[in-house]
Amino acid sequence: MSLKKFWKVSILSIIAVFMLAACGSKEETTGGSSEKGLEKIKDKDKIVFGVKNDTRLFGLKNTSTGKVEGFDVDIAKALAKEVIGDENKVEFVEVTSKTRVPLLQNGKIDAVVATMTITEERKKEVDFTDVYFEAGQSLLVKKGSKIKSIDDLKAGTKVLAVKGSTSAINIAEKAPDAEVLQYENYAEAFTALKSGQGDALTTDDAILYGMVDEDPSYELVGGQFTEEPYGIAVKKGNTELVDELNKALKTIKDNGTYDEILNKWIKNK
Amino acid sequence: MDFSILAENMDMYLEGFLKTIQISLLALVGSFFLGAVIAVMRIAPFKPLNWIGTAYVEFVRNIPLLIIAFLFYYGAKMPGFAAGSLALTIYTAAFIAEAIRAGILSIHKGQMEAARSSGLTYGQAMRMIVLPQAIKVVIPPLGNQFINLVKNSSILAVIAGGELMYQADLISLHTFVVFDVYIFVAIFYLVITIPLSLGVGYLEKHLAKSS
Repeated sequence: MSLKKFWKVSILSIIAVFMLAACGSKEETTGGSSEKGLEKIKDKDKIVFGVKNDTRLFGLKNTSTGKVEGFDVDIAKALAKEVIGDENKVEFVEVTSKTRVPLLQNGKIDAVVATMTITEERKKEVDFTDVYFEAGQSLLVKKGSKIKSIDDLKAGTKVLAVKGSTSAINIAEKAPDAEVLQYENYAEAFTALKSGQGDALTTDDAILYGMVDEDPSYELVGGQFTEEPYGIAVKKGNTELVDELNKALKTIKDNGTYDEILNKWIKNK
Repeated sequence: MDFSILAENMDMYLEGFLKTIQISLLALVGSFFLGAVIAVMRIAPFKPLNWIGTAYVEFVRNIPLLIIAFLFYYGAKMPGFAAGSLALTIYTAAFIAEAIRAGILSIHKGQMEAARSSGLTYGQAMRMIVLPQAIKVVIPPLGNQFINLVKNSSILAVIAGGELMYQADLISLHTFVVFDVYIFVAIFYLVITIPLSLGVGYLEKHLAKSS
């Protein structure tokens, strides 16, 4: 093989990749903002919600029924009842912290109800409804661990988090000396904690309660060291749907449905 | 395409790139030697060795690499980098063993018989007569396995291994740019795999000429 051929093949391959990239970007821009959110939902007569399937208490797939259950799921159903008049006219699509924004942007789902914190960064990419749940970041450790608060996360300690979560970004700022390892989902992060890959797992207390619920030999420490107001995310620019969902949120808070759901999943735990 | 993504996150891309190269080199050397040993076991004139070799290949080749990585990471509780490199080595070795075995078997039986009847031991005949011929047959499939190995190293992304794919996941999640981030990753992989593939092609031609 000559050097000339080497360059030819290399350059050709790289050009091919760039062309692929160009096609992809074009698709992204044309697929965009023109569709009207609410009309689309009324046309297909159902709302497609992105929910988590791996987060106990909020969105967890019940393996015996095959259905997803939790606080987020019930909220989504209650909202559907207000928006299109029937709580069964919903479709649930599994999302993770990593996939929820891209899925929303490419129109695969209408709204995300998936323990999603409202942040300034995310507001640039998606639109949020009003806050529907107030969580705060905390730490999960094995009972009897030396780690009692965020100050104990010194150099040499390993903190586990989930890719794409606000907690992963927060912890890098609040405990800059600790090493942060990030996983695909909470199940894997919790398994990693159990198998000793790290000293603490960090995310919103709401999610951590679900893990304690599953395995009581773990406990929360350090209190809430951030505020994590959860919002329902929709595609950027879809203000119609945001308004509609906010109205629905207010209705279910006023008529007691919200408290019922809250008591069912969170308060009684 | 948004080149500012590449520029702003260059340190993460480079960190991942270097880790990917490290893992690939470790697993490449490891899987070559392990694969060669397994291949020899599978064709050795001693039955129990055959059985062990066959069991290894059939067992390892038929489970997903991801599960092997999980076994070492969650099961054996090894750090991500070590668990990933070891899983890649063990997994790739099964395929390399098969490539080497096929290469050796492609050399006519008469070669070995003639070597043995001229007084060489089995080991000598293997080393001096069969293997030098087999290596030429083995190079192309071996090259394919090494290229697969480099790409398979992306599995470390799910066990916090810190390589290219892991870094790309983090970059795309911070910037909310998905497509461009992974296109740059593809280019980084090409930087490793194209020279590898051309190197194998060169070796193949060079060895053919020398015979």
